[in-house]
Amino acid sequence: MVVLNLNGQQRTVDAPDEMPLLWVLRDILGLTGTKFGCGIAQCGACTVHLDGQAVRSCVLPVSAVGSRAITTIEAVGATPVGRKVQQAWLDVDVVQCGYCQSGQIMSAAALLARNASPSDEDIDGAMAGNICRCATYVRIRAAIKQAATGRSESLQTIAPAVAQ
Amino acid sequence: MTRRADSAAQAPPIDRRRREALQLGGLTLAFLWVGTRGTAGAAINARRQPADAAAALADGNPAFAPNAFIRVDADGAVRLVMPNVEMGQGIYTGACMMLAEELGVGMDQIRVEHAPPNDELYSMPLLGGQITGGSTSTRGHWQVLREAGAVARTLLVTAAAERWRVDASTCTVARGVVSHAASRRSAGFGSLAAAAGALPVPASVTLKQPKDFVLIGKPLRRVDSADKVTGATQFGIDVKVPGMKIATVKACPTFGGKVAGVNDKRARAIPGVIDVLMLDGAVAVVGEHFWAAKQGLDALEVSWDLGDNATLSTAKLKEGLADKAQSGKSIVAREVGRQPKDGRLIAAVYDLPMLAHATMEPLNTTVWVTADKCQIWVGTQVPTRCVASAALITGLPESKIELHNQYLGGGFGRRLESDSVEQAVHLAKMVKYPLKVIWTREEDIRHDIVRPMYHDHISAVLDSSGKPIWYGDRVAGGTVLGRWAPMAMGKDGLDDDLVECVADVPYDIPDRKVEWVRHDMPEGLIVGWWRGVGPTHNLFVVESFMDELAHAAGRDPLEYRRALLHKNPRSLALLDLAAEKIGWGAGVLPARVGRGIALGEPFGSRVCAIVEAEVTAQGEVRLRRAVVALDCGVAINPSSIEAQVQGGLLFGLSAALYSGITVKHGAIEQSNFHDYRTLRINECPRVELYRIDSDQAPGGLGEVGTAIAAPALGNAIFAATGVRLRSLPVDPARLVQDAAATHSVMAGNSAGRQLAPGGDA
Repeated sequence: MVVLNLNGQQRTVDAPDEMPLLWVLRDILGLTGTKFGCGIAQCGACTVHLDGQAVRSCVLPVSAVGSRAITTIEAVGATPVGRKVQQAWLDVDVVQCGYCQSGQIMSAAALLARNASPSDEDIDGAMAGNICRCATYVRIRAAIKQAATGRSESLQTIAPAVAQ
Repeated sequence: MTRRADSAAQAPPIDRRRREALQLGGLTLAFLWVGTRGTAGAAINARRQPADAAAALADGNPAFAPNAFIRVDADGAVRLVMPNVEMGQGIYTGACMMLAEELGVGMDQIRVEHAPPNDELYSMPLLGGQITGGSTSTRGHWQVLREAGAVARTLLVTAAAERWRVDASTCTVARGVVSHAASRRSAGFGSLAAAAGALPVPASVTLKQPKDFVLIGKPLRRVDSADKVTGATQFGIDVKVPGMKIATVKACPTFGGKVAGVNDKRARAIPGVIDVLMLDGAVAVVGEHFWAAKQGLDALEVSWDLGDNATLSTAKLKEGLADKAQSGKSIVAREVGRQPKDGRLIAAVYDLPMLAHATMEPLNTTVWVTADKCQIWVGTQVPTRCVASAALITGLPESKIELHNQYLGGGFGRRLESDSVEQAVHLAKMVKYPLKVIWTREEDIRHDIVRPMYHDHISAVLDSSGKPIWYGDRVAGGTVLGRWAPMAMGKDGLDDDLVECVADVPYDIPDRKVEWVRHDMPEGLIVGWWRGVGPTHNLFVVESFMDELAHAAGRDPLEYRRALLHKNPRSLALLDLAAEKIGWGAGVLPARVGRGIALGEPFGSRVCAIVEAEVTAQGEVRLRRAVVALDCGVAINPSSIEAQVQGGLLFGLSAALYSGITVKHGAIEQSNFHDYRTLRINECPRVELYRIDSDQAPGGLGEVGTAIAAPALGNAIFAATGVRLRSLPVDPARLVQDAAATHSVMAGNSAGRQLAPGGDA
């Protein structure tokens, strides 16, 4: 039995020690917002926070988590930075297929939590581990800046805040 | 252990008359696929169809269901049923805008639903089946979805007018409410639903004039984004069915190879492993969760019968294709005039690699087979094809196959295939519980149905002024259509996809000969649709070659193209716009920085891309900037258009820079994102889009950016280095500046490959 501090709650799970956190979340706890993309920490779709740090849950044995606080996409909106990032993602209309976006948002939220005004290089550095096959990168950059500054990014086309 | 034979890929019968009817309908198609289902007699229709009553009943029996796309419940809820699938391209938003514009509801007032599999109700008119692909969704539905909205609005207004005893023409509709200003009366759609549902469907409706649009043309937010930013969206891989177990599979690594034997003792000893299943060509392990299944799969000792392809290699495949290109019989797709005897002949050979799709969501299907029913949960571009296959495999009638479509974590053409669904049905048939089959990323890439490789001999004759007066292209490659919808093949067995965007070009060069040499891959190596299909291949060849001609003629690539566009003002305007926006010809670029132009007319749209790239002394390519000018007719959602063109272009640049599937010992060598690289954010340039709008019917968009990307990049690299790349992906070894740079990179990276000297071949 492993006790996890997950999204502010204590959860006890029956899982083998070496089972990656990703599959504990998805297949035992039913939290499917965290995605499987590669299984070898190459794509970032499985990104979650451990004590606020972005980690790839597909290669993290559940026994290595210990008492650290796990935050997943389902709960990141409860943090001020997470909420800002999700709102910016909506305002800039980042998503396409959306499959990688849980991981993108988790990486972006971890970046902004440690660096409130990231440069382009900071953004590239923090987000380079997250692949998006729809290639929403242009809008990801814009959304991170918007979340950081609170100012609307001057995209060429911006979806209105209130739909008609 | 249970053993089952894989089903042979079996194509259901095809309705040839339907194809003829479509052609007689005067549809001008970028290319025509014809679905393989005999039941799809009708394309989607704005009015009630015979199958509608049952479909609406199954969909909560709404008070008002005037057609297959609109449901208004008694409480006023408006549900829109999406004929296409959403895989990122934004079609749910676009389709909702078309429906809602005419229906008279706000985008914040609707809910969207995936359509059930039903060719009669949801067939794409351009494809002849319930299929999402080929950048056809907006083109095919532009008229009919607006009509569907107008039919519903007309009925709701009629119901209100009858209730109030006023003339229907004096009523107005906005945000789900019908109003009669003179009497200050209004009624919500919910209160009118039952009465509207009892009225006869109008024979004709009047669509709004573009000047009256309140939604179309506005950059509205996607309808599916709210759940996608919280992790709440359910993709196929997220489906939960009570009692479900999870399997993962491994197919024989070689194309067409089989399972010879399995020792599953160690696998079965792993805690959480439930079952080991075997098909002719693959093994599967079932677990309580994916991790147990994966551990079990890794512990299986499988011996393979590698089959006839065991010695196959990329070199052999390329050699076979090149030989056939030289000596094979061709099918002439377009021939106008004759190749002039006089003039300067320029010729070149281009090669394009096989490509994998690598959708972010690995392939997966959940299936539950019981005695009298088969339920399938999957994100697929071809739901009715999956139903037909499942019926064949289970022996159940199609009416007993329930398919629940899901959001797709990327498609790019991979989910136009049903192979993974068929495999899952076979496996689920062997067990009593619902089974979710998830492919690992390694399985997803090694058993992709790859984009074909191509080998093209292209040539042109220039007159004394350097202007091309004739061009020829001898395209060699495999056919996807020939397997996927064989009856849709054209005259003499031509697959139009092979010559799309080269049989016709934007330029005024009337005389040409464009031919195709069909070269099928060895049995077992199945090729498939890949985003941008024919145009992605041919635009690279044609637009790279246009640059070669400009260079041979000693002319600027922009001016050279301009001179050939005097009869094509729409494309000329795009070329000029893109050139203006990037500042073509103004200022001096730094050393080893270049700009490349590409122009094309794929998928019913027109597009010009200019890419600016830097090539380092070591041969690494850095994308600096991309400018795209686009004419896609009516712009339905400018925000979606921008997103599709940006993402599509980057998808194409990613493939051109990094992607190629290679074969060794009869198997795909690549397996995951470390050796099948894709573009990352730190490699992503600024991408700007400029549109020229018109009132022409909308063109396709999902593949336009992808198709125009590679030639713009290749031409930029030529401008930066003088090296002409006639094969993809980009080979940095050919772009190294000089020996000193080679030495510096080799010293810095002892694991690096041997670098060849730079310079053009």
